Amino acid sequence: MLPLPFRGEGWGEGDARMTRFAAAFAKGPALVCFITGGDGDTAANLDALVAGGADVIELGMPFTDPMADGPAIQQANIRSLAAGTRTADIFRLATEFRARHPHVPLVLMGYSNPMTIRGPEWFAAECGKAGVDGVICVDIPPEEDADLGPALRDQGVSLIRLATPTTDTARLPAVLDGSSGFLYYVSVAGITGTQAAAQASIDEAVARIKAASSIPVAVGFGVRTPEQARQIARVADGVVVGSALVDLVKQHGPDAPEVIRRYTASLAEAVHKAREIA
Amino acid sequence: MTVQTPIANSFRNQPDEQGHFGKFGGRYVAETLMPLILDLEKEYRAAKADPAFRAEFDDLLEHFVGRPSPLYYAPRITEHYRALAPEGKGPKIYFKREELNHTGAHKINNCVGQILLAMRMGKTRIIAETGAGQHGVATATVAARFGLPCTIFMGAKDVERQKPNVFRMKLLGAEVRPVTSGAETLKDAMNDALRDWVANVHDTFYIIGTAAGPHPYPELVRDFQSVIGTETRAQMLKAEGRLPDMLLAAVGGGSNAIGMFHPFLDDPDVGMIGIEAAGHGIDSGQHAASLSGGKPGILHGNRTYLLQDEDGQITEAHSISAGLDYPGLGPEHSWLHESGRVKYVPITDTQALEAFQLCCKLEGIIPALESAHALAALPNVTATMSEDQLLVVNVSGRGDKDIFTVAEHLGFEM
Repeated sequence: MLPLPFRGEGWGEGDARMTRFAAAFAKGPALVCFITGGDGDTAANLDALVAGGADVIELGMPFTDPMADGPAIQQANIRSLAAGTRTADIFRLATEFRARHPHVPLVLMGYSNPMTIRGPEWFAAECGKAGVDGVICVDIPPEEDADLGPALRDQGVSLIRLATPTTDTARLPAVLDGSSGFLYYVSVAGITGTQAAAQASIDEAVARIKAASSIPVAVGFGVRTPEQARQIARVADGVVVGSALVDLVKQHGPDAPEVIRRYTASLAEAVHKAREIA
Repeated sequence: MTVQTPIANSFRNQPDEQGHFGKFGGRYVAETLMPLILDLEKEYRAAKADPAFRAEFDDLLEHFVGRPSPLYYAPRITEHYRALAPEGKGPKIYFKREELNHTGAHKINNCVGQILLAMRMGKTRIIAETGAGQHGVATATVAARFGLPCTIFMGAKDVERQKPNVFRMKLLGAEVRPVTSGAETLKDAMNDALRDWVANVHDTFYIIGTAAGPHPYPELVRDFQSVIGTETRAQMLKAEGRLPDMLLAAVGGGSNAIGMFHPFLDDPDVGMIGIEAAGHGIDSGQHAASLSGGKPGILHGNRTYLLQDEDGQITEAHSISAGLDYPGLGPEHSWLHESGRVKYVPITDTQALEAFQLCCKLEGIIPALESAHALAALPNVTATMSEDQLLVVNVSGRGDKDIFTVAEHLGFEM
């Protein structure tokens, strides 16, 4: 295991990042919410997620070729790019979010080409400046870590890796090595937003990861209902909801923030109370 | 499929163990796919070392594909360019006749190899992406031959543009799934094939059509296509008693070119030119020339030259040839380009159309529009080569599929 990205020279921004993640997962199961940046009124929608009780925010960076995403997020990417969203806009959204919400962990999620096109150091430095806590890069597996991981770690930004049903016990250490913040367990072998995993398989996978590491484990892909979220939160440290929120952005346009706040609140209650005895 | 003896400073010992060709290539895929491509690599290593695998591959190439394909001396094209060239210039032009293969292009070589790998791995379902439909037809063909269900992802626009090939695939028993995401062309078909693969990794094998994608695809597609260059080498030695001086091949993803070039890479006296599709011209912004008009980036599992904007968003490619209409190319070409071993030049739609017609009239061969791009480099290349030199053009496919496109451009109503 690589060391966690504490820099050792005092109580800097890197420490603030680890504190934000640690605080988000220390309260019990956390709700992790994803929306695509630049699709709809992103700033208002992000505020609605926080107001509704989201503990960690994932902001999607749009890409022309989102290979790992299902129709909902593909279309959100296309809408965002068609509206003219640039990488600079994503960092502006992040910077402003950090100013409004100093304590909520913020993760950028996307694909390697937009993240590395100006060099990983540039991207990591921008993340640092914007107060981004972590990065999920869908298509940089541990084997290609050199393209992003070292630059992020230098900036004290967490690289949040994905583990999947095909990540077996032998491979898991490679995925965990260099991961920090939390581990995102993709509960189905497939694309985002299309199908839900059987709860038993999630229970088994989370137990397997927790046996190998103390890193918080958030589970996502296909989670749409408070009941699903509650079931997952009984075993996992976090529940990730994405496509369902992106659908609300699309359906409700200017009214989306209020709808998102209410929906998020229903998920948050389910997640936060999942471990209370009924 | 030839066994190579590693030599120092060889151009033929790529990729490295991590699948990198210099800084290009690699394995940029979602975690779900990683265990599978690691498995594929292991299985490919075993297959490569297994004489029975090679014997079955060679047997199918001979009896099912119809190999070896001829190396044909093209006398009238030779005379045509010799007459245009300065005194003493104008090399002897040969065609490597890949268009005579079963299904009409080089694509089938790779499909035969990959379906044998699929069966070796116990996979029971085949998927593939296709642009013009040639790789789709070749994949549907081998799937039919071995009785495996097959789904072909094809951009909805291409389904509309390439109806004869859509029908061929259906006749061969494949399901053709129109892709409506993005620009509805080859790049989007590849995205959807990857999405299907991620969801069905347990039983599905993805037959990628070109020497691109995550490692080990660029390597294994190259190896299966290297039969083109290996045969050319032997055939030229037999015909002329020496190696060719120059090789020309069109580069979309680049599988016919890498198959032709790779066996010659360590012969320093053999020149090589890859021809990119320049569409309406590099300056027009409407082209598919990743090396001439793009820069390195990551897409579809590998780092390579791509058409993209400054934010790394992939831009749409354009070429009259649907088979070249892709915003990237195989990583080994990016490496060969930067190392200087192979030269890459752009050819426009208009130049390709002229070469297409000339080849029909002078040689009685209707080439694919892809191959017509390679033929279109002849005016410049032949003017600088002497009469006693030898040049080979890889005629990678036949042009029957393209006659509708060409008719439209020539104003002929079909």
